[in-house]
Amino acid sequence: MTGIAELKLDGNAIGGLMLELFGVELTATPCVCAGCGAREEMARLDVYTGAGIVVRCCHCEAVMIRIVQGRGRTWLDLSGAASLELG
Amino acid sequence: MKTLELDVPGWAGHRAGQHVDVRLTAEDGYQAQRSYSIASAPSDGLALTVERLDDGEVSPYLVDEAREGDQLEVRGPIGGYFVWDGTETEPVLLVAGGSGVVPVMAMARHRARIGSTTPMRLIYSSRSWDDVIYRDELETLGIEVFQTLTREQPPGWSGYSRRIDRELLAETAWPASQSPRVYVCGSTRFVDAAADGLLELGYDAGWIRTERFGATG
Amino acid sequence: MVISRGFRGKRRDGPPDRVPPGQYLTDDFPVLSAGPTPHTPLEEWTFSIRGGAELVSWTWEELRGLPSEPVTVDIHCVTRWSKLDTVWEGVSVDTLLEAVEHDAAYAMAFCDGGYTTNLPLEDLTDGKAWVAFGYDGEPLDPEHGGPARLLVPHLYFWKSAKWVRGLELRDEDEPGFWESNGYHLRGDPWLEQRYWGD
Repeated sequence: MTGIAELKLDGNAIGGLMLELFGVELTATPCVCAGCGAREEMARLDVYTGAGIVVRCCHCEAVMIRIVQGRGRTWLDLSGAASLELG
Repeated sequence: MKTLELDVPGWAGHRAGQHVDVRLTAEDGYQAQRSYSIASAPSDGLALTVERLDDGEVSPYLVDEAREGDQLEVRGPIGGYFVWDGTETEPVLLVAGGSGVVPVMAMARHRARIGSTTPMRLIYSSRSWDDVIYRDELETLGIEVFQTLTREQPPGWSGYSRRIDRELLAETAWPASQSPRVYVCGSTRFVDAAADGLLELGYDAGWIRTERFGATG
Repeated sequence: MVISRGFRGKRRDGPPDRVPPGQYLTDDFPVLSAGPTPHTPLEEWTFSIRGGAELVSWTWEELRGLPSEPVTVDIHCVTRWSKLDTVWEGVSVDTLLEAVEHDAAYAMAFCDGGYTTNLPLEDLTDGKAWVAFGYDGEPLDPEHGGPARLLVPHLYFWKSAKWVRGLELRDEDEPGFWESNGYHLRGDPWLEQRYWGD
C-alpha cells in the first residue's frame, strides 16, 4: 500500500492544470503563504491529491490552494496564498 | 520501459526537464491522465520514456498497446522551474532515482547536442542492473555517471550498492564550494533523502531543484 | 475529442445495485489525503462532542470501553472508485450521541490536521455512522485515518473523515473543507451528488 509520504508530490505535478487555468507557466512563480509568510516557487510547495487537490506551504503546512474539478467546472481557492509573483 | 516518439502538430519545442500531461479517452468516454517527463533533447522532437507499472492506469496501455498511428492528447510542455537550458554557468549535479532519470536525461542530451562544456555529473539510483535505462548512451554523453544499485548487483559489480546517503553524496557530488546547480528527481522519499544529504554537505537549499514523481502510472 | 484506440483503463464495472452511477470497482484501497498524516499519541487523543448542553469527551481508553461492533459496508469515493464489503470495527455514533443532550440538526466533524466535513444528524444516526478504529481485522492504519476515523458509508467517502477528533453540533448546515470548495453539501452517491449544483 502506498503511504501518504510517497503520495505527497510537489507543484510540478499541477503545472499542467495551472497552465490550463491561467494560460501561463506557474511552476517557477513565487507564492507567499498567507499563514507564515514563506515565499517559494510553486514547484516547491507540497501537493496532495485527495478528493481534490490541496497545495500546502512546504514550511508550515498551511493550506494555500484547493482545487476541485468536476462536470466541466473548476473550483479554485487561493485564499491561503497571500500573493503570487507573476511575470 | 518504452520510449514513445510523438508527433504533435504545431509543437513549438520544449526545454530540457519539462514534462507533458498525456490524456487517454476510451470509446465510452472514460478518461485517464498522467504526467510524463520529456526524455528527448529540445532539438530532437518529442519523446517520452514510460515506465510500465503493473497496476497502472495509463502506462500499461502506452507500453503494451500503443502503436504507430495511435492518437493521444498531450498538454504542454509544462515546467519553468525544473529546467536546464544550457546557458547557466554553474556545474550541474543530476540526482535521479528510478524513472526520475528521464527528465535529467533530457538535460544531459541537451548538453551534448549544444556542445556545452559545462561540467555535469549524474548520480543514478536503480534497483538492479536490469532497471538501469539509457545505459549505453550514458557512456557517450561526456558526463560522469555514478551508479548505485540498491537491491541487487551483478557479479563483479564495483559501483555503489546502497540507497543514496550523505557519504555517497560526499564522494560523488560537486563540492559545495562550487555552488552547483542541482536537479533531483524520483519518488518523494528519494528526493527528500537526496536533498537532505546535500544540505548536510553544505549545499544551499536554493541551488537544489526537485521534482517528485508519484507511484501511480 | 481524441479516442485512443484500444484504451480501456483498469476499471471494472460492478453490479448496478451495489455500485452507484459513475463509479468503478477497485480491489485495492487507494490512499487519498488532503495533507500529511497526523500522529497524535493515544495518551493525548480524545473524541469530543461539543455544542450540546455540555461538552462531552472520551479518552482513547474510554472510547474503546464503549460497545463496538463489526461493520461490513460498501464505500464509494467521489473520485469514482468503489470498494465492496469492506470490514470495519467501530463505535456507533448513536452510542456517542446518547451521552449528549442536544437539539441540533447538523454536525461538523473536526479532525487532526484541520480537516472538517459537515453532515445532517439524520445521516449520523440510526445505525448509519460509526467512529471506526479497526479495518479488516487490524487496527486502522494511520494512512487510512487511524487511530480512528468517521465512517459514513452511505455518503461519498470524503464525509468519512480521517483522524476524526469530534463532532460540533450545530443548528445550521455549514460547509466543511471540501463542501466549501465545490463538493456537494450532502454527497449521496446514489443521487450522484458530487459537486455544487448536482
